[in-house]
Parts: sequence; C-alpha cells; structure tokens
Amino acid sequence: MTDAIAVFDLDKTFTLHTQGGIRLRVLRGVNLTVRWGDCVVLADPSGSGKSTLLRAIYGNYVPQAGHIHVRHGDAVVDMVGAAPRTVLDVRRRTVGYVSQFLRVVPRVPALEIVIEPLRALGVPRLEALERGRAMLERLRIPDRLWTLSPVTFSGGEQQRVNVARGLVVGYPILLLDEPTASLDTASRGVVVDLIAEARGRGTAIVGTFHDADVRIALATRVVTLHEASAA
Amino acid sequence: MNTEAVPLLRVRGLSHSYGAHVGCLDVGFDLWPGEVLGVVGESGSGKTTLLGCLAGRLSPASGSVWFTTRGGRPVDMLRLGEAERRRLLRTDWGIVHQNPRDGLRMRVTAGANVSERLMAVGERHYGRLRETALAWLAQVEIDDDRVDDLPETFSGGMQQRLQIARNLVTRPRLVLMDEPTGGLDVSVQARLLDLLRGLVADLDLSAIVVTHDLAVTRLLTHRLLVMRRGEVVESGLTDQVLDDPQHPYTQLLVSSVLPP
Repeated sequence: MTDAIAVFDLDKTFTLHTQGGIRLRVLRGVNLTVRWGDCVVLADPSGSGKSTLLRAIYGNYVPQAGHIHVRHGDAVVDMVGAAPRTVLDVRRRTVGYVSQFLRVVPRVPALEIVIEPLRALGVPRLEALERGRAMLERLRIPDRLWTLSPVTFSGGEQQRVNVARGLVVGYPILLLDEPTASLDTASRGVVVDLIAEARGRGTAIVGTFHDADVRIALATRVVTLHEASAA
Repeated sequence: MNTEAVPLLRVRGLSHSYGAHVGCLDVGFDLWPGEVLGVVGESGSGKTTLLGCLAGRLSPASGSVWFTTRGGRPVDMLRLGEAERRRLLRTDWGIVHQNPRDGLRMRVTAGANVSERLMAVGERHYGRLRETALAWLAQVEIDDDRVDDLPETFSGGMQQRLQIARNLVTRPRLVLMDEPTGGLDVSVQARLLDLLRGLVADLDLSAIVVTHDLAVTRLLTHRLLVMRRGEVVESGLTDQVLDDPQHPYTQLLVSSVLPP
C-alpha cells in the first residue's frame, strides 16, 4: 500500500442505550484515500460526521463496519479492530491528532505537555525541551507561560499549546479537527504555515477547517462525506 | 511503553465467589510491560475481588494468573509453591492499598517503612539503606527532615505517597493499586496522580489500578476493563471506552459523571 490512509466502506452508528436505544447513523459506507503530501479537507456542514471520521481514524471511536488502513512504518494497520497496544504504537510513531480543545492536567506545565509525545518516543529530555521551546516560541506563547499549567490560559493559548504538542514530533500522518478555530489572525497564519510545511515534507493530512482562507491555503483536495459515502 | 512480545501478566478464566454471591466470573486479560490497566465499575462490581485474587489475598475457585518472571519464565501464581510465590510478591510485585494504614507499618519511622522492603530482599548496609530511603522520600516529595517521623504524624496524602515509596523501592515490575486516590482531597489527588504518572513513565512500570473515578483512569491508564456484577462487560483503549462506550452499563457509568 503506497497510500498513507485508505478508508473502505466505513460505517459508524452510535447506539444511545441510556436514551431509549436511539441509533444515530453518522457514517455510512465512507471511502477515502489519502496520499503522502495530500491535505484532504473535509468540507461538510457541522454535524455531518467529520470529527467522527477523524476520531475513527485515530482509534478513538469504534466503527461498526469497514476498514481504516494506515501505513505504520513498514506495516499496514487496520485501525478497525486493532489491539489497543497497536493503536497506541500507531499514535506514538505515526499519527498525530489535534483537536480544538486541550485536555489540561492540573500541575503539568505547558512545556511538559508539548514535549510529552517526544519523550514517549524516547527523545532525550534536553533535545525534547529544545524542540518544545522552539515550537512554543513559533506559536507565540510568551515564555513566562511555559512553566505554568495551561489551566488558566485563554482558549486561543490552550489551542496553540495543543497545536504545538501535535506538531512537535513531525508525525507522518496528521488529523486536524479545527486546529485554527479560536485563533486570532496572526496565530492562525503561524499554524497555517506550520501545517503547510508539514505537507511540504510529505505528511499526509486530513482536516476540517472552518475558515475559507485556511482551506484555500492548505487543501490539495476538498471532499465531502456526502460524496465519499455509499448512496 | 515498549513492545515486547510476551505479556507480563496473562489472566484467564478467573472466578471467585463468596458462597452464593459471585465475586468475579471468568475474568481474563493480558497486561503488557509498561502498560497501565484501569479496572472500573461501581461498588460491588467485583473489581476489588479481582485485585484480591491477583494479589493472593483470595484463593479463586478457578482460573490462572500467569506472570512472566525476570528470567522470562511464565509461572502460574495460583499454583506456585508458597515460598516462591511470597518471594515473587516481595521482589516483583507492589501493592498500594486504598487505606495507607493497610500498607504501612504505623509504629516504625517513614525511613524504616521504605528500607524494610529493601532489607527483605537482602540489603543490610545501613548507609545505603538510609541513602536509598531518602532518595525515595524525595521522589515522592516528602522532605528529608521527616525521615525519622512516624507515619501517624503524616497527612493522608503524605501517607499515601510514603506507601508508594515503600512499594517502589524494590523496583517491582508490577504494581497493583486499589483506589490510590480514594479518600484524598481533590488538590492532594491531583498531586498524587501527577506523581504516579511520572513514576509509571520513568520506571516503565506495569500497573493495575482499581478505581471508580473515571477521571483518574483518563490520566493514568492506557486501557480499561469495565466490570459489572463480577464480569468484564467491556474492555479497550481508555479514551475509546470513555469517549465511545459500547455497553449499556459503560454508557451509564460515563454519562453519570461530569466529563472526565
């Protein structure tokens, strides 16, 4: 498989047992291929399953049917039904995921949050710190905040910490769920530049971007789940 | 977490009952080196029974608990001779009780609580014992001027951290924790969780954490077992079980708390 990601006939239905067993069929026979250096932008209205697809690719949601083949080193992993430790290994080495919300842990400083994925890969602490600082600096987080827990940061600052954490490793595959949603124009420009650089290095990207100018700057292909789904 | 090909612990068909009441029923799972497994469920779901069976406190009616020794040899802890089982529990396993009083010796000093386990595995040199005890107290953020104090004089959070130091000093490969943050103030919990997260990662520990607190599992564990009435009803990656629970009981658990 030369593609980075290949999604076949993916179905995702949520069954809400605590709400009378209501069934929500969110993804229906989705097919999608992503090549290296592609930035595929999902361009459906909200509520149509874009985040669900990204989370399924990341192994966070459990699809009912179909396959998600992800190129992982020399192997191909089907994220549907993969063992938990395989999913964790894919996340550690291959797939990065950035949402618009940072999960803040009390007492853990911003810089430590950013370098955690590097440390998990075995990057020496000093090198990880250097790369983490460079990333935070580029994302315009003032250095007086680096040693603080982001609990008290603004939404935009938290989001930039999240972007730093997601991009610091340089994963071969990136899943981006509105990474620029609550950023001011200048910060948005930096994030767009970082993503464009990753794309230039051959990173395979799937993302949702609310802003039209961000889409235009980044997309190599725009698809809708509607088109990607079985009739 | 590394990717060795042999699980550290392989549990199969573990069942235990208290008379007619089911404690746990046909529980099975693998625990890999460096992996932290959370066991969740309400009171009475069987999670503490499961821990008791693993720790040798209970004798399960059936099942096996295969543990891979340092030499790479798998042994069934439930069928091992008493002497070897005790030796393994002392050298390779740590058990952190919910109530620190169950895991500490309250009548000896903090330093002695830590060095006692080292002495049990053969260390006799006083200077080295004290040095190691001090280093471990520092690791768990207890000031070295408290080394000669009795645990009675410590706060609940400090006692829990002391219990953790007492367990980790022999560098166990598997640590069982029963509600490690239960009964602590929220701010103390956060500090303890942060400490545990760091220790687990730095020492490449494998651990089984029993808790009813889903936020704790999100922070600390890689994988979850959800138990109900003694049985495992769902298992999977922690974030997947919390964000996309499949079983009605797991959905109820997750929807009953503020977002973890």
